Amino acid sequence: MSEPRTANDETSADSGDQWDLCLYVTDHSPKCLRAIDNLRRACEEHLAGHYHIQVVDLLENPRLAAEDQILAVPTVVRRFPSPIRKLVGDLSDNDRLLIGLQLRPPGSTAT
Amino acid sequence: MGNKLLTALTDGAVGQELEKAPTGIRGLDEITGGGLPRGRVTLVAGSAGAGKSLLGLEFLVTGARQHGEPGVLVSFEESAAKVTRNVRSLGFDLDQLQEDGLLVMLSFRVEPAEFVATGEFDLEPLFAILDDAIARVGAKRVVLDTIEVLFGAFGDDSIVRSELSRLARWLDERGVTVIVTGERGDKNLTRNGIEEYVTDCVIVLDHRVTDEISTRRLRVVKYRGSVHGTNEYPFLISARGFVVLPITSIALNYAASDERISTGIPRLDHMLGGGLFRGSTLLVSGTAGTGKTSLGAHMVNSACARGERTLLVLFEESPAQFLRNMRSLGLDLQQWTDAGLLRIWAARPSAVGLETHLAILAELIEDETPSVAVLDGIANIGSGVLATEAASLVARKIDLLKSREITTMVTALSPGDETSKETLSSLVDTWLLVRNVEANGERNRLLFVLKSRGTAHSNQVREFVLTSHGVELVDVYVGAAGVLAGSARLAQQATERDADVRQASDLARRLRELRRSVVEREAHLVAVQDELDADRAEIDRIDLREGHQAAATEADRSAMATRRWADAAPSNGGP
Repeated sequence: MSEPRTANDETSADSGDQWDLCLYVTDHSPKCLRAIDNLRRACEEHLAGHYHIQVVDLLENPRLAAEDQILAVPTVVRRFPSPIRKLVGDLSDNDRLLIGLQLRPPGSTAT
Repeated sequence: MGNKLLTALTDGAVGQELEKAPTGIRGLDEITGGGLPRGRVTLVAGSAGAGKSLLGLEFLVTGARQHGEPGVLVSFEESAAKVTRNVRSLGFDLDQLQEDGLLVMLSFRVEPAEFVATGEFDLEPLFAILDDAIARVGAKRVVLDTIEVLFGAFGDDSIVRSELSRLARWLDERGVTVIVTGERGDKNLTRNGIEEYVTDCVIVLDHRVTDEISTRRLRVVKYRGSVHGTNEYPFLISARGFVVLPITSIALNYAASDERISTGIPRLDHMLGGGLFRGSTLLVSGTAGTGKTSLGAHMVNSACARGERTLLVLFEESPAQFLRNMRSLGLDLQQWTDAGLLRIWAARPSAVGLETHLAILAELIEDETPSVAVLDGIANIGSGVLATEAASLVARKIDLLKSREITTMVTALSPGDETSKETLSSLVDTWLLVRNVEANGERNRLLFVLKSRGTAHSNQVREFVLTSHGVELVDVYVGAAGVLAGSARLAQQATERDADVRQASDLARRLRELRRSVVEREAHLVAVQDELDADRAEIDRIDLREGHQAAATEADRSAMATRRWADAAPSNGGP
C-alpha cells in the first residue's frame, strides 16, 4: 500500500480512531458515482469527523485489482477498525450498508 | 464420396478449416483434430480434482514454449505461488515463463459470501486487469480457473451471470483462445450453468470410481464446426502432466512388415512359418500354469539378444519374482535390464484402474520406444463383471501397440479355448493356445496355433515342455490311441523302442539259425559226397575184380576141355 495511488483522499477532522474506508470504482460509471454519494452520506450521518474515505479508480491502475483482490465495483473495504469488511454494490441498500459496515448492530432497522 | 468422408474424419475438419490452438496434450489434440478452437472460449468442466487446472496450465505452457503464444492465467482458487509450486514437479517453470514475459499469473481468492451485496455492481475490474495482462505480454491464450467461484461471492448471482456472459463475448472479440473451467454440476455440465455462455467447445473431465478403482476420463461434449472423437477417453495425470489416450484410432493404417522376428523358441518359429511378422501381435492364451509367462520370457530374451528395446509388462508378478522364476528356466533377463534394453513394469490393473493402466502403458511406450513388447497375464478376459471393460481395455492396448508398430506378445488367462467371442481375436495376428491335458494322473501342456495371419502355419499340436534350459517344443505321439503327451508319450516311445529291439533280436536269431543250418547242411553235404565217392570206388573195385575172374574162368574152361579131348560138337546125348 505504499506505492502512489491515484486516489482522492477525503479527510475529515483528525481523530485517534478514524475509520479507514476504501472505495474501489472504475471511472465515473453511474453505479460508482451513486456508491460514492451513498457512502459519504452514511458516514456523515454516523461517523461525522471520524472517517477517511479513499477512492481508487481501477481503470487507472488495473493491477491494483489483483493486489487488493477486487473483482467487482463498486466495492467498499473497511480497513479499520478490524475486522476487514467488504461491501459490493452501489450501496443503495442503506440497511445492508449500515449493517455491513457495522455502523449499526445487525437486527435493528432504520426508522 | 466415401473417400472424402474418410479424409474429413481423419483430418478432423469438415468444410472450412477451423483454426486450432494446440494444447500440447497429444491425445487431446488428436481427438480434437488439432487443439481448441482458436480465438474462442472452451469450457473444461469437471469435479474437484479432475485435472481441470492442469489441463489449462499445460495449454498455457505449450502455447508459451512451443507456439510463441504468451498466456494469462487467472486463478480463482489458488495463489500464484501455490500454482507454481504444484506444477514444478511436472517440469513447468512458471516463474521462468513470467520472467521471459510469456506468462502473467493473477490470482484472486474469493470466499463465498465474503462480500455483502448492497445494490448494483459489475465485474469491470476483472475486465480491466485481463485487458492489462493481455496487453502486457501480447497474450494469445487465457485461462480462467475456475470462474465459477464468483457465484455466491457477491450475493447476487444474476449480476455475476450476466457479467460472465459479457466476459465471454468480450474475450471472443479479443481474439484470444480461452479455457474457462467449471465445477461439474448435478443437472447441468457445470454447477452454475456457465456452459450457456460457452458455446464453441465443451470438454468434460470425469473422475469416477467403479469397483473401488478410480479412472479419469475425458470427453469432448461439443466442438462447434469441427469433427471430434466423441468417446470417453481415459487420461492420466502423470509425472509429466496430462496424458490423454485416443484409443480407437479412426483408421486402420498399420504398416505391414515382411520381416520375421523370432519368438525365441526355434520350433515355434518354425511352426509359424519362420517367426512373427515385425509389428504383429501374438496372443498366447491358456489356463493357469500353462507356461505362458515362460513363452513371454523367451520372446523378451531373444529380442534383447538382438539388441532391441523391449518392454515387459507384468500383471501378476513382481519383477524380482519374474526374474527369479525365469532364471530357473535358464533365462538370465537381469542382464538385459542392466544393459538398459529391457524395461519391466509391474502393476496390477486393479491397483490403478484399467484406464490408468492403459495411460501408463502409453507413457512407457513414449518413454522407452520399445520395438518389442510383452504383456504378461493381461486381465482375465471373458469373466467377471468388468468383462466388457476389460476386453475393451485389452483391445485399446493392442491397438496402441500396433499403431506404434511394436511387435507384441500378449499372454492371457482364458478358461476357454478357441470358442471365443472376444473382440480380441480379430485384433491379434497370431493366436497360440496352450492347453493343459490331463490324462494318466498328470497334466501336460499342449500348444496349438489357432491362427496366424499371412502365414502358412503348422496345424500340428506340439507338446510344450519346460526344462532347465528353457521351453522346448516336442512332437506329440499321434496314433490309434489319440494324442499322447507327457509320460504317455514317453511310455509309447518306450513301447515302440522295445518292439524294435525285439524285432531286431528275432531277426538275428533267425539269421543265426539259418547260418547254422547252412553250415550243418554243408557238412552233411561233404559227408554224403564222401560216401558217394566211397561207393563209386567200391563199384570200380568190384568191376575190376569181376573182369579178372571171368577171364580166369574162361581160361580154366579151355584148359579143361583140352584135357578131356572134347569133340568139336557132340550131336546128341552125352557120353
